[in-house]
Amino acid sequence: MQVYLDNSATTKVSPGVVEIMTKAMTEDYGNPSSLHNMGLYAENYIKKAKEQIAKTLHCEEKELLFTSCGTESDNLAIIGSAMAYQRSGKHIITTKIEHPAVGSTMKYLEELGFEVTYLDVDQDGIIDLKQLEDAIREDTILVSVMYVNNEIGAVEPIAKIGALIKEKNPATLFHVDAIQAYGKFRIYPKQDKIDLLAVSGHKIHGPKGVGFLYVKDKTKLKPIIHGGGHQRGLRSGTENVPGVAGLGQACEDIYKNFDENIQKMYDLRDYFIGRLQEIEGVSVNGKTTHENAPHIISVSVPGVRSEVLLHTLEEKGIYVSAGSACSSNKPAISATLKAIGLSKDKLESTVRISMCENNTKEEVDYTCDVLKEVIPVLTRFVRR
Amino acid sequence: MYQSFLIKYGEIAIKGKNRHLFEDALCKHIAHALKPVDGEFEIWKEQGRIYVDAKGDYDYEHAIAAMTKVFGVVGVCPLVQVEDEGYEKLVEEVISHLKEVYGEKEMTFKVVSRRARKNYPMNSNEINMDMGEKILDAFPNMKVDVHHPDIYVNIEIRQKINIYTENIPGPGGMPVGSNGKAMLLLSGGIDSPVAGYMIAKRGVSLEATYFHAPPYTSERAKQKVIDLAAIVARYSGPIKLNVVNFTDIQLYIYEKCPHDELTIIMRRYMMKIAEHFAKENNCLGLITGESIGQVASQTMQSLAATNDVCTLPVYRPLIGFDKQEIVDVSEKIDTYETSILPYEDCCTIFVAKHPVTKPNLNIIKRSETNLAEKIDEMVETAINTTETIMVEAK
Repeated sequence: MQVYLDNSATTKVSPGVVEIMTKAMTEDYGNPSSLHNMGLYAENYIKKAKEQIAKTLHCEEKELLFTSCGTESDNLAIIGSAMAYQRSGKHIITTKIEHPAVGSTMKYLEELGFEVTYLDVDQDGIIDLKQLEDAIREDTILVSVMYVNNEIGAVEPIAKIGALIKEKNPATLFHVDAIQAYGKFRIYPKQDKIDLLAVSGHKIHGPKGVGFLYVKDKTKLKPIIHGGGHQRGLRSGTENVPGVAGLGQACEDIYKNFDENIQKMYDLRDYFIGRLQEIEGVSVNGKTTHENAPHIISVSVPGVRSEVLLHTLEEKGIYVSAGSACSSNKPAISATLKAIGLSKDKLESTVRISMCENNTKEEVDYTCDVLKEVIPVLTRFVRR
Repeated sequence: MYQSFLIKYGEIAIKGKNRHLFEDALCKHIAHALKPVDGEFEIWKEQGRIYVDAKGDYDYEHAIAAMTKVFGVVGVCPLVQVEDEGYEKLVEEVISHLKEVYGEKEMTFKVVSRRARKNYPMNSNEINMDMGEKILDAFPNMKVDVHHPDIYVNIEIRQKINIYTENIPGPGGMPVGSNGKAMLLLSGGIDSPVAGYMIAKRGVSLEATYFHAPPYTSERAKQKVIDLAAIVARYSGPIKLNVVNFTDIQLYIYEKCPHDELTIIMRRYMMKIAEHFAKENNCLGLITGESIGQVASQTMQSLAATNDVCTLPVYRPLIGFDKQEIVDVSEKIDTYETSILPYEDCCTIFVAKHPVTKPNLNIIKRSETNLAEKIDEMVETAINTTETIMVEAK
C-alpha cells in the first residue's frame, strides 16, 4: 500500500491540469509576446488563468503577477516592497515561524540595513496581537505573517492582523505567505486588508515551477528580476504559459466542492489525531481542533529521530516529512518547532503528516497500524 | 595545433623484465580513459616511449584531462612531430612552433636535445647551442636560463623529430591492475574515497564494501556512496561495490554488548564481512581510511582491536595524515563535495557519548561472547543478501 502523506511538500498534479498544460505545450506553444496569432493564443491561456484565480480571491485580474514559485512570490513581495518604500522607513515586522522563503529574505534585508522585528508565538504557533500592535511604528513599512504554518498547521488570525495594521499605521503594507493556506481557506485580500499574497502552484495539484503574487492595486513594487518588461516590468521573462495555464486550472479546481472537501479533511484529521493519541509515545503538536489547518498534523515520538521514523515508514510505503521538507536534507533544528517551545527530545523527533482531499480513512488506519507496530521497536534502539 | 602526445612514465621504466607488462597496462588504461573523449586516438610504443596520436579533429582539453588522470602517467607532453628535412628546416619548425605557443611572451628557456639516431650530423651539444642562439635572435623577449628556465625546448631526433615544450603533470603512480586487487571499506565520508584513490595509484584495482542500515540510513546515503565510487572509478577503473545490509547485526550488538564498545565491535564485524568478500574475489588486502587518533575508533588500541579479526593485510594509506591533508586530496580528486553531503552513515547512528578509546582486546572478545547465539547466522544472512553493483566512472 502506498500512502502519500506529504502533500505540504508537494501534491500530485490533477488530470485536468495535465490536459491543459499538454495542450499549451504541444498545440498553443507560441510566445505570448509574439505579435502573430500564435502569440495571441498563448496569451489567452494567461488571461484565462488570471480570470480563474481572480475569481477565487475576489480581486481584479490586473492585481496578479505570475512567478516561478512560492519562494519567488515571497521574495518579490518583501524585497520589492522594501525597495519601493524604503524612503518611508526601514522597519519590517515578521514572525519567528516563517518559512525560509520569508525568513531568509528578511535576513537578507537586515544585511541591507533594514530593521526586522520577529514576533514570538505561543505553544500552538499563534502570534500575540498585542505584541504586534506594540511593534508597529511610524517607520514600519511592511508586516509579513504566514497564513498557515507549514510545519504544524497553525492558522494565524489574518483578518485581525490586517485590521490592526491598518488601524495603527495605514501606510504599512501587509504581506501574507499563503502557500499552505490557499485552497484550504477562502482568502479575500480586500476583506482581510492584505496588500501582498504569495501562492504556489504545486501545493494544490498544480505544476511545480509556477506561483503567483497578488499585489493590491496601487501598491508600489520594485522588480527583483529585470529584463524585457513582461508583466508590466514587475516580473520580466517570458511567461511560463503551460505552468500558468496549469496553475489557473488548479486554482479553479481546488475551490470546487470546497466546503465538502474541507469538512472531509477535518473529519479525517480528527480521526487521525484520535488514533495517534491511542499510540503510546506519540504526541501531537499544535492545536488539535478545527482552529488548525485541516491538512497538517505535527507528530513527535520522543526518542526516535525523525529521519529514522521517516525511513521506517517509507519502507512500509508511507511518505511523510521530517521537520519541514522544503528546507531539504539539512538536519537543522526547525525554527518553528523551537519557537513553539518543544523540548529538545521532541525537536529531533518530529515528523509532519500532511494530507490532501484524496486521502482516505483506510490510509489513515494503515498508517496508524504501522506506527503502532514500529514505535515500540524504534524506541528500544535509541542513541544513549 | 598538436596531433601527438608523448606520455612520460617514471617508475615503470625500472621494473626490469616485467616492464612490458606495465607498459601494456598503461597503454590499455590510456585507451580506456580516452574512450569518452571526442576524436580518434592511436596509442603506440617505440623504444621505451608511449605516444598518443590523434587522428583528425579532437577535443584537446578533454583529452589532456583524461590522460593526466591515468595512474602511471607522470606527464603528458603535447608535441609537434616533423620529418627530418635538414637542420635549417628544423630551426624554422622550432621557431614557428614557439611563436605559435608563446608569441612575444617574456620568458627564459633552455634547449634540451637528444639523439636516438646517432648519425644525425650534429651532436646534442651543438644543437643546444646553435638552436639557443637562433631562438634568441628570433625572440627578443626570451632569455636563456640553464638552471631554472620557464620552459624546456625539447628536441628529440628519432626516426622523425619531436618538438615539445610543455609537460603537463599526471598523477604518477603505477597502472591500475599491475599490482593486484584490494577491498576498500567505503563509507560516505571524506577519508575512505581518498584511501581508495591512494592505493589505486599504486597500481591496485579496487572493489568496495559499503554497510548500510535502513531505516537508520537513507537511500540517499547509499546513492552518495555509489556516486563516490563512481568518482574514484575515474582513476581506478570500474569498481564492484558490495552493499551489505547491516541493520540487524548493529541492533543485535546494541542489545547485547556494552554501549561504549558498540562502535569497536561493529567495526570488527564490518572488517570480517569485508574480508569475506575480499577473499571470495581474490583481493590481496583490505583498505580503510583510518588515521591514528582521528576518532575514538581510530586510536592505536582501537585499530589493533579491529585489525585483530583480519587475516588479510589491512592497508591504511592515510594513517599519518591530518584531516586537512585528507581534505586537500579529496578536493583534488573531486570527492569532497559529494563526501560532505549531510546524510547519516551507519557508524554514527548509535555512537555512544563516551565510547571506549583504549579498548582492551580481551574485554572486547568477552563482550562478543554475548553475541554467540545468533551472530554467525546474522553475518551469513548479511553476506547472502548483499547487493552487488558495478560502478563505472562518472
